[in-house]
Amino acid sequence: MKFAYLLAGGCGGCDMAIVDLSEKLVDALEHLEIVFWAPTVADVKYKDLEAMPDKSIDLGFVSGMVRNKENEHLVKVMREKCKILVAYGICAALGGIPGMANLHSKEELFENAYIKCPSADNPDKVLPSPESEVNGYKLTLPELLDFAKPVSAIVEVDYFVGGCPPHHDHVAKIVEAIVSGNLPPKGSWITDGKSVCDYCPRNPALKGKTRDFIKEVKRMHEGKVDEEECLLQQGYLCLGPVTQGDCGALCTKVGIRCAGCGGPIPPTTDFGLRAISAITSLFENEKVAKQALEKYPVFAKLIYRYCLPGSKLGEKADVLKKRAVVKEVL
Amino acid sequence: MNKSIEVEPMTRLEGHGKIAIFLDDKGNVADAFYQIVEFRGYETFVRGMPIEEVPRTVSTICGVCRAVHHTASTKASDGVYGVEPTETAKKIRELFLCAHQVEDHAAILYALGLPDFVVGPEADPAERNIVGVVKKVGAEVVKTILKKRFAAVKVLEMLGGKPIHPVAGLPGGWSKRITEEERKDIEELGKEMVELGKITLQVFEDVVLKNEKYLEMITSDQYRVVVNYMGTVKDGCINYYDGIQTVINTKGEVIDQFTADKYLDHVSERVVPWSYVKMTYLKKLGWKGFVEGEETSLYSVGPLARCNIAPPSTPLAKEAYDVMYDTLKEKPTHFILAYHWARAIELLNAAERIVELAQDKEITSPDVRAELGEVKGEGVGIIEAPRGTLIHHYKTDDKGIVTEANMIVATTHNHAPINLAIKKAAQHFIKNGVVDDKLLNYVEIAYRPYDICQACASHVLPGRDSLEVIIYDSDGEVVRVLRNF
Ligand code: SF4
Ligand code: SF4
Ligand code: SF4
Repeated sequence: MKFAYLLAGGCGGCDMAIVDLSEKLVDALEHLEIVFWAPTVADVKYKDLEAMPDKSIDLGFVSGMVRNKENEHLVKVMREKCKILVAYGICAALGGIPGMANLHSKEELFENAYIKCPSADNPDKVLPSPESEVNGYKLTLPELLDFAKPVSAIVEVDYFVGGCPPHHDHVAKIVEAIVSGNLPPKGSWITDGKSVCDYCPRNPALKGKTRDFIKEVKRMHEGKVDEEECLLQQGYLCLGPVTQGDCGALCTKVGIRCAGCGGPIPPTTDFGLRAISAITSLFENEKVAKQALEKYPVFAKLIYRYCLPGSKLGEKADVLKKRAVVKEVL
Repeated sequence: MNKSIEVEPMTRLEGHGKIAIFLDDKGNVADAFYQIVEFRGYETFVRGMPIEEVPRTVSTICGVCRAVHHTASTKASDGVYGVEPTETAKKIRELFLCAHQVEDHAAILYALGLPDFVVGPEADPAERNIVGVVKKVGAEVVKTILKKRFAAVKVLEMLGGKPIHPVAGLPGGWSKRITEEERKDIEELGKEMVELGKITLQVFEDVVLKNEKYLEMITSDQYRVVVNYMGTVKDGCINYYDGIQTVINTKGEVIDQFTADKYLDHVSERVVPWSYVKMTYLKKLGWKGFVEGEETSLYSVGPLARCNIAPPSTPLAKEAYDVMYDTLKEKPTHFILAYHWARAIELLNAAERIVELAQDKEITSPDVRAELGEVKGEGVGIIEAPRGTLIHHYKTDDKGIVTEANMIVATTHNHAPINLAIKKAAQHFIKNGVVDDKLLNYVEIAYRPYDICQACASHVLPGRDSLEVIIYDSDGEVVRVLRNF
């Protein structure tokens, strides 16, 4: 099976999850012939990929979102060359944490990084720019796209994988499913479809209990976390009920709320909206809802932390309008 | 002709390391610029977030440096709440960070540093990678190495929750205590990592040190960059988690020391229009541009910088450390290829430290969270990441909601010295308009020791970065473009 891997606008964590297959990786490589993973693993150049016949690669993974022209171009090339294209990891699938940039303008991002930055020595308020001149030498830099996009905003994606990054055990299962041809219909997430709660040892259902309403919202540093009780019941805004649980409830096992990196449970597509309705339905009354907004003043960064560019809000092309909508909704 | 060298028409593909080299009218190198071409904007999008949510979020600045941004920002969150973590929490954090040092140094050495030497710096790049290493040292050795490296990944998951982008750090401590059973496991895993450290130094000795040609290359002038060095020192030794920020000059004399909260008085970052990453310098000395030698205000960070400043605290690593300086006959040593050697020494040091910490009675205490004080509204956390000093700084409102953030990553500290290193290599391999075909190879070798983590500003893997070298003549016309991707 011919395999290609592209790291677009990602952090490398999704790729490290593959490295973490460790010895299993050696076995997987018996089935997968790496034809492109430039320039890290295989010495294949972009133009070699471009020269490959269309649909000549069986399987392609893209990690990371699309942030600049190069990402955009290569994602298109991957689509042409690969029979199956997987948006691997939550950045590729829905935009990921760097997708929160869409809540801010480029000017704001630059101003904070280069001018307001307390350690910056920048009396002339210089900003990195597409073209500049130093001692008579002309230098160029690539421009950012106006906002971050998931892979599916550029090309058709066959499968989606959640997780930031997907846990290596999940990766092993994915590889197995692909190699054995045991795949769901195109357009699906590769998931077992269960929620984080389904895997969580804190799940009240395991003790035959039902959920109570939440009487008080707590931020993660507040109070003492009970080692066994459900975090949501304790008032911590755990997003386990609405998140794909392929990680096996990693965070709640160490007493930290799930922040939703697994992505929405199909058929839900808009993670944030689903999270809001699920959580608020558990609030005992209006007062608790008000408290939640006080404790998390920018609520979008709580519920859309991993999924903004792939959400209904993110789909809107007009960035400014979108920002206004976000402010209004939240 | 070497496969990695391409002369191509300029198609504007972006998103990789980029080097622009300018020639004078005789065709010799006038100047060189190393540019980092990606930008994310984390300092902005953590604004409005509660500070305790920040560590798990900023971790995604880089997935290769999977544990460092989490740990540094967790330390900063202590400051925001004006709290000193419990002793046990500090030890857990240190152990966690050491596991990452082992995991990362191993990945970097075997995938990136050693191939240059094991397979040979002039070998075909198709062989000059992990596959080539497998061929040279045998699949069994590589499997053993992978397995022992995975011991570190297990510890990261056990303590951090997620093996990549951890979540367990909280202001005042750590969300998870270590049970006696886990402690025993960690101790055993730690011992495996010590073995990994020993194997690594052995491989280094066998393939590099026993080969006179390589030793000559390590100590050759085109790979010598004379700058100051910064690292973290505790009780006279290197410490990755905590200590005093210490700066030595090119001769090894301590010229500056500071604690995290005072970093703004000591380092400053120059903004340039031609790179998305800023360039740091020592504030006391002022910005002097890209100069090396005694006069410079630039400094490097990372494994070699740390070794130049202080010895490792553990016995086996100390032995290896002495061997390195005896061999190089220079301290501080400015031979940048020694970065790889220092990395191997640190791997062993971090592994030994894990065993020490796992044997510490206090590590299993349930006392992992300190009571939080009033919100102070500001905190700075500094740690030593595998690639060097990492600074996270946050300001919050009176409820601990972030209003301002600043991060200075290892690659930023090293940006200007890398620029120097590249210029030197270029000067050596481009003469009178003749561009040596191996230029790209050697330029790569010159910057790879720093293990530039573009991810911390952009993205890169433990492997070879995509790199483009553009050479301009004195009229500003492009004469050649070399690429490895
Ligand atoms: S999903 Fe997470 S781990 Fe993967 S590239 Fe994005 S930020 Fe990195
Ligand atoms: S809400 Fe969170 S803590 Fe509770 S059962 Fe679900 S995943 Fe576990
Ligand atoms: S518990 Fe939630 S946030 Fe944590 S790894 Fe699983 S899906 Fe991601």
